[in-house]
Amino acid sequence: MKLVVVAGTPGSGKTSVLLHTIKALIRRENKPAVVKVDCLWTDDDKRFGRLGVPIRVGLAKDMCPDHFTIYNTEPMLKWAEEEGADVLLNETAGLCLRCAPYPDSCLAVCVIDVTTGPNTPLKVGPLLTTADVVVMTKGDIVSQAEREVFRERVLEVNPDSMVIEANGLTGKGSIELAELIENSVETREGMELRYSPPLAICTLCSGEKRVERKYHMGVLRHLDGFMEYKGE
Amino acid sequence: MNSTIKLTIVGGIDKTGIEEAVKIVEVNPGDILGIVGPTGSGKSTLIDDIEQLAQGDTPTQRRILINDTEPEMGLRVDPRRKLIAQLSQNMHFLADMTVSEFIQMHARSRGKDPELMHRVIELANRLTGEPIHEDEQLTVLSGGQSRSLMTADIAVISDSPIVLIDEIENAGIKKQEALSLLSGEGKIVVVVTHDPVLALMASRRIVIRNGGMCDIITTSAEEKNMCNRVSEVDDWLMDLREIIRRGDLVEGVA
Ligand SMILES: Nc1nc2c(ncn2[C@@H]2O[C@H](COP(=O)(O)OP(=O)(O)OP(=O)(O)O)[C@@H](O)[C@H]2O)c(=O)[nH]1
Ligand SMILES: Nc1ncnc2c1ncn2[C@@H]1O[C@H](COP(=O)(O)OP(=O)(O)OP(=O)(O)O)[C@@H](O)[C@H]1O
Ligand SMILES: [Mg+2]
Ligand SMILES: [Mg+2]
Ligand SMILES: [Zn+2]
Ligand SMILES: [Zn+2]
Repeated sequence: MKLVVVAGTPGSGKTSVLLHTIKALIRRENKPAVVKVDCLWTDDDKRFGRLGVPIRVGLAKDMCPDHFTIYNTEPMLKWAEEEGADVLLNETAGLCLRCAPYPDSCLAVCVIDVTTGPNTPLKVGPLLTTADVVVMTKGDIVSQAEREVFRERVLEVNPDSMVIEANGLTGKGSIELAELIENSVETREGMELRYSPPLAICTLCSGEKRVERKYHMGVLRHLDGFMEYKGE
Repeated sequence: MNSTIKLTIVGGIDKTGIEEAVKIVEVNPGDILGIVGPTGSGKSTLIDDIEQLAQGDTPTQRRILINDTEPEMGLRVDPRRKLIAQLSQNMHFLADMTVSEFIQMHARSRGKDPELMHRVIELANRLTGEPIHEDEQLTVLSGGQSRSLMTADIAVISDSPIVLIDEIENAGIKKQEALSLLSGEGKIVVVVTHDPVLALMASRRIVIRNGGMCDIITTSAEEKNMCNRVSEVDDWLMDLREIIRRGDLVEGVA
């Protein structure tokens, strides 16, 4: 099973780019499944549903959406396997710029909107700096020079990333992304996060980097919405 | 810079999904190719296809070849190796930077000397009315100033063998001067235009309708003659425009 974590600020074009990428993946005989994580509400499931791929939604409610994503990575992968998928695409809520929910053995994709201006790459933090692939969207709205300056800024903060100039409306860039997904690593047992989450109210908040469920305590929400307190 | 480059547009489909009547267009170094057609017909879409070196992966399904072959990925994405400079139709800056920071940063992204910034601003100020200052915020520039700056930026920094220009006549800048700045020796120039002078300056023009290339017209000798006359009328109109801009009267200027 491959895992693709797609993070990026709200409205940056994650779903739009993924919809085109899923079509490309299916044409190339992959079997994608999708989990969308959001905070309170989303209708992305309807958009993904139209493509006929298995889709699930997880709402993090009062838990940090990235912590929620990490805590639920294991059951998400299990679910995708039961659905007969060979690649799980996980679209995050991307609200918390302090966190980066990327395990080591995944393809970490950060979607970033060029219309937010070339200073944005300096503000996004670990979400961008620890990503493998940076997808720049909405380049159709700005000049070629502005796109090139933006790209330069992305490479300043993450010199090893692959930068894709995509368009969520036309599907530009989706074939390149599908190719990178096909050639990405398989998930493994004992995955660790690339970046330590900052402080708040669960074990993740106190710096736990191991992904497997058994390591987590505190106030935790399951993928299906069930909340529990684990610990003393 | 590899400047002897041949550009080929391989036709795809129009908005209704029907194959384009023009199946292939080959453009050689030094050629000026016009693109004409009603508003909303798909002119900008065609030059966007060229800019991104489309390989059947855009809604038009067109393919763009360089020297008769499919270009490798590096040419599509790396600004230091890009063969194409584009002056797009929509020209508002969103970048929260000063003019000099932006141009210097762009020079770096293209692997050029950031000091070229001074030359860019000097050239831009030849095309525009109110001068642009280097410490100004980009976002305060007017539409015409922005286009002048980008025209100069393309001439100096993005100096590429293929130049794409989208409706330069609407920018309120000196269009013929801008065109001659952009179309250096041996470059391929593709101009989207509604302007008779610019359209007739091209050696050929593609006609777009309903998203598809429906015809390609070679500018005849008679049209070239017309071009000279139209150009005179146009110069006269430009002079009048300048007088009005200065706030003077046009009475007695025949
Ligand atoms: N012009 C333009 N608009 C785009 C592009 N990509 C996405 N959009 C628009 O941006 C808006 C948000 O896109 P989504 O794909 O829903 O963004 P998202 O990141 O999935 O949003 P959330 O899931 O709510 O965080 C939509 O209106 C899209 O049509 C692009 O490349 N160009
Ligand atoms: N072959 C095509 N297939 C599908 N859609 C197309 C095709 N060609 C153009 N379009 C769509 O038509 C719309 C208008 O195209 P475009 O902006 O290129 O027109 P234009 O000729 O540049 O108009 P204007 O003169 O107003 O600048 C766009 O939304 C574009 O995506
Ligand atoms: Mg979404
Ligand atoms: Mg247009
Ligand atoms: Zn967080
Ligand atoms: Zn926590």
